[in-house]
Amino acid sequence: MEDLFKERKEKLNVLKSLLPKKEPAKPPQANVPEGLYTKCPGCQGDILTQQLKSNWYVCPECGHHLRMTAWDRIQILVDPDSFREIRPKLRTKNALGFPGYTQKIYHLEKATGLNDAILTGIARVDGHRVVLGVMDCRFMMGSMGSVVGEKITRAVEYATRKGLPVIMFCTSGGARMQEGIISLMQMAKTSSAIARHSAAGLLYISYFTDPTTGGVTASFASLGDIVLAEPKALIGFAGPRVIEQTIRQKLPEGFQQAEFQQDHGFVDQVVERKDMRSTIALLLKLHTKEVR
Amino acid sequence: MTLQEAEAKVRELDDELGKLTQLTGHDLDTETIRMELEKAKERVLNMAYANLTSYDRVYLARKPTRPNVREYIENIFDHFFEQRGDRLYRNDEAIIGGIAAFNGTPVTVIGNLKGRNLEENIKCNFGMANPEGYRKALRLMKQAEKFKRPIITFIDTSGAYPGLEAEEHGQGDAIARNLMEMSTLTVPVIAIVVGEGGSGGALALSVANRVWMLENAVYSILSPEGFATILWKDASRAKEASELMKLTAGDLLDLGVIDLIIQEPVGNLRENAEMVYSQIRINLANELAALGKMSERALLEQRYKKFRSIGDCSGL
Repeated sequence: MEDLFKERKEKLNVLKSLLPKKEPAKPPQANVPEGLYTKCPGCQGDILTQQLKSNWYVCPECGHHLRMTAWDRIQILVDPDSFREIRPKLRTKNALGFPGYTQKIYHLEKATGLNDAILTGIARVDGHRVVLGVMDCRFMMGSMGSVVGEKITRAVEYATRKGLPVIMFCTSGGARMQEGIISLMQMAKTSSAIARHSAAGLLYISYFTDPTTGGVTASFASLGDIVLAEPKALIGFAGPRVIEQTIRQKLPEGFQQAEFQQDHGFVDQVVERKDMRSTIALLLKLHTKEVR
Repeated sequence: MTLQEAEAKVRELDDELGKLTQLTGHDLDTETIRMELEKAKERVLNMAYANLTSYDRVYLARKPTRPNVREYIENIFDHFFEQRGDRLYRNDEAIIGGIAAFNGTPVTVIGNLKGRNLEENIKCNFGMANPEGYRKALRLMKQAEKFKRPIITFIDTSGAYPGLEAEEHGQGDAIARNLMEMSTLTVPVIAIVVGEGGSGGALALSVANRVWMLENAVYSILSPEGFATILWKDASRAKEASELMKLTAGDLLDLGVIDLIIQEPVGNLRENAEMVYSQIRINLANELAALGKMSERALLEQRYKKFRSIGDCSGL
């Protein structure tokens, strides 16, 4: 009998954790270094930070797409106040007992306000309900450990149950070394969840942003029905340094950039950030029964 | 005494044994000496193998004298018919696959192929597959599903090849698609890590209902050298890395990543490989019978849950 109650309580907890939280979306965290000017990594020019912000963090001089925080991206993508974070209470078990790892996670959680390297939730884009995952490379280079894998899997499973499309913005150095084999297994776990979502006839849009490599490229990030990428984003399996060491020659200009992946058949379209919202809105519309 | 020192000692003893047999016919003294030497050899080996470190196992898993996957296939199955090519671009020799019979039942077998010498290794790229290899594997798996054949995979690779063409041909896409498609296969899938299980290149053949590992095989997110380079910018700390990584069969059984350990003989695996083959045969017979009784739905559910449950992180 006691077990029965316990089981019920556990189930309730699971349900609760899946329920969208009532708080409104948080304002973006300090994403651009505090200061009047920001240096553009593309042209090295000093750009007025305010100007950069209002230009979707795209350099007005050279068109370089700067990296964005997850909250900033959500802000410019979704309908106002429509994002509700799915924030299950998750924390890595540090299965390897990696020295200092748990503390590092704790500090990063405090510094970024994120529960690991991805933000997941439900939102509306141009009126369409979607399940959204946005990775944030400030959190250990966006690497995928057990928490990232679990959050993605829960978000995708939620979308499958509710019949909703999934949009994933990927940025990641790959699987998280500190969690070893457990991280590797998250590749299988997330890909299996995507397979079920796909089998249910639902839309998955994968969006590569700079940089996406390793185990994330080799799992859910490559599995979109539609694969989009931001201009010049580095996308690959092996990192450029590893390849150069292996083949002992310099890599050609533009190797592994978004446009290269488009030319080689792995990206449907490279989309500029100013067109991100309208492109996703169009794709969502094209996947409704009746396109108006 | 380190494992390498023990191996050197065994070589010495073997030399002496060799000399002894050349020396005379059969007198009592030489026979006693011979037995002493044999005993000494056994002692040295037993001692070395009783205290293997994780790094010793990395060394053993990579040993070029270990049987390669072609040998596993030929010794465990009958009538192996090799299938080649991905039907898109080319045949990748780093992946071997085809149809075979196991106890009279047709099965599909697929594995990473390492060479036994330099010439073979150049052909099969030291067991590091390109996207075409993974696409060949997927083609064979989908075909196995069509003909309702169980799938058995053998894992032995340091990883997917990090080359220029591999990237141009979509290494990430090929691995990702295997992971996704393997999770949907309606036939039993059993994966056996027989040597090195390196990274995504190993996982791309391992989304299975059962994952087994040889006692001295290793299975990890990356090579210990790569791991040490990424975390400490120092590849020479590979030994330290391998102790931390939980990459041995025992560690992975504890973590719930694998289901069974296949015992290995003490000393040179090649000399006593039959011990390993026969264990694999027995376990395959049992598990294929058990999995064969499950419905397609139950097979899918079991495989999904198996990977779904790895990396529990609930409770903040």
